[in-house]
Amino acid sequence: MLRGSRGGPPADNGSGRPPVLSRVVPAREGMSTRPSRGLEEFFGHIHGQSGLTLLDLGGATQQNVNFITDLGHRLTSENFLQILGEVSGADGLAAQSNPGRIEYFLRQALDFPDQNFDGVLTWDVLEYLSPAMLTAVVERLHRIVRPGSYLLAFFHADDKLEAVPHYAFRIQDVKTLHVSQQGMRKPVQLFNNRSLEKLFARSESVKFFLTKDRLREVVVKA
Amino acid sequence: MWNKRREEEPPKPFKPLAPQGVSPIPASAPAPVAYSSVEVKKEITPVSSTPMARVDPDGRANSIGKSVKVVGQIYSKEDLFVDGTVEGTLEASEHKLTIGPHGTIQASIKAREVLVLGTIQGNVEAFDRLEIRKDAKLLGDIRTARIVIEDGAYFKGSIDIIKPEPVKAASKLPAIAPAAAAPANPAPAAAPVAENRR
Repeated sequence: MLRGSRGGPPADNGSGRPPVLSRVVPAREGMSTRPSRGLEEFFGHIHGQSGLTLLDLGGATQQNVNFITDLGHRLTSENFLQILGEVSGADGLAAQSNPGRIEYFLRQALDFPDQNFDGVLTWDVLEYLSPAMLTAVVERLHRIVRPGSYLLAFFHADDKLEAVPHYAFRIQDVKTLHVSQQGMRKPVQLFNNRSLEKLFARSESVKFFLTKDRLREVVVKA
Repeated sequence: MWNKRREEEPPKPFKPLAPQGVSPIPASAPAPVAYSSVEVKKEITPVSSTPMARVDPDGRANSIGKSVKVVGQIYSKEDLFVDGTVEGTLEASEHKLTIGPHGTIQASIKAREVLVLGTIQGNVEAFDRLEIRKDAKLLGDIRTARIVIEDGAYFKGSIDIIKPEPVKAASKLPAIAPAAAAPANPAPAAAPVAENRR
């Protein structure tokens, strides 16, 4: 049902009734609003705190900057996929398996002191990494977050998809995301719960929320 | 009296000053070619024909043009528009700093208000407001009271939102309201200042 709304123009429920909260609510072409249990869980853990340092790997957007800084936190922003594209160049996935390129990428995108962050919003960027690059990135993320901090990641759960829409995620409130489609990308890896637990094996806990649009929202406690 | 004597004097015929090494031209000579060539040399004294205000969108700020490169420290006591290259430090603490579309800054920046249309590599402190326009690029850490990031802008770094200093605002209060009226409820007057962040 929701696959159509993610890949193409926003779906219309056709009933004339107000949209159900659990569905993707079309806003305008390529943009929609959706509830996010993962986001709610993530911000639930840091609720009541201020002065935390959060890392957003989705690039700087006005909404996310406003939302996070309004809560009294400091935000560090990285356009992870743009840096990945610049580092990989025309070689694409081959470059992502080159140890030298992996090291260079980590210096460009995740060069932070150890235990620097109290939370990381990775959104869906991790599923576009080769296994070698992903292992290195997860390892680096573990280093730069403080013990007990949280990480939010999204993974598409539908293994029949050739390519998935790539979104810019903008926080509307603690439980709602405004998503705008940036294009289509082919995920390098597809994950199930088991493989995600394995990926974050060093973490204290991994919590999953499977949405109706077959997006697996994962909250990881470091 | 002196004025009167001057009036009585017959007007002298115009006699242009001749540069050194050039013999004066008789007034009766009809438009000599050599005379006009000397005048042309004087007229090509290097002066920019482009008004500086033309590169400044507001038409008020001082400007550094796109073919200018400055290495060192810049302190400005007025609004500044930079469309060239600056390496070092750039400070306009009480004024607006605009980095034009051709501007390339490798410097730490301090200003009241910063508008970025070009590229900045360095930390930026904007006491009042920072705006990063579409296609602009900022690599560095930001400290500001308010921030605007347009879609299509590239930013890499951290954002620290600083609250406006309540001390300055509070010190101005007694000048507006007499001391006798202030003790009734001073807290609400200061509260909006702290909330004036966005």
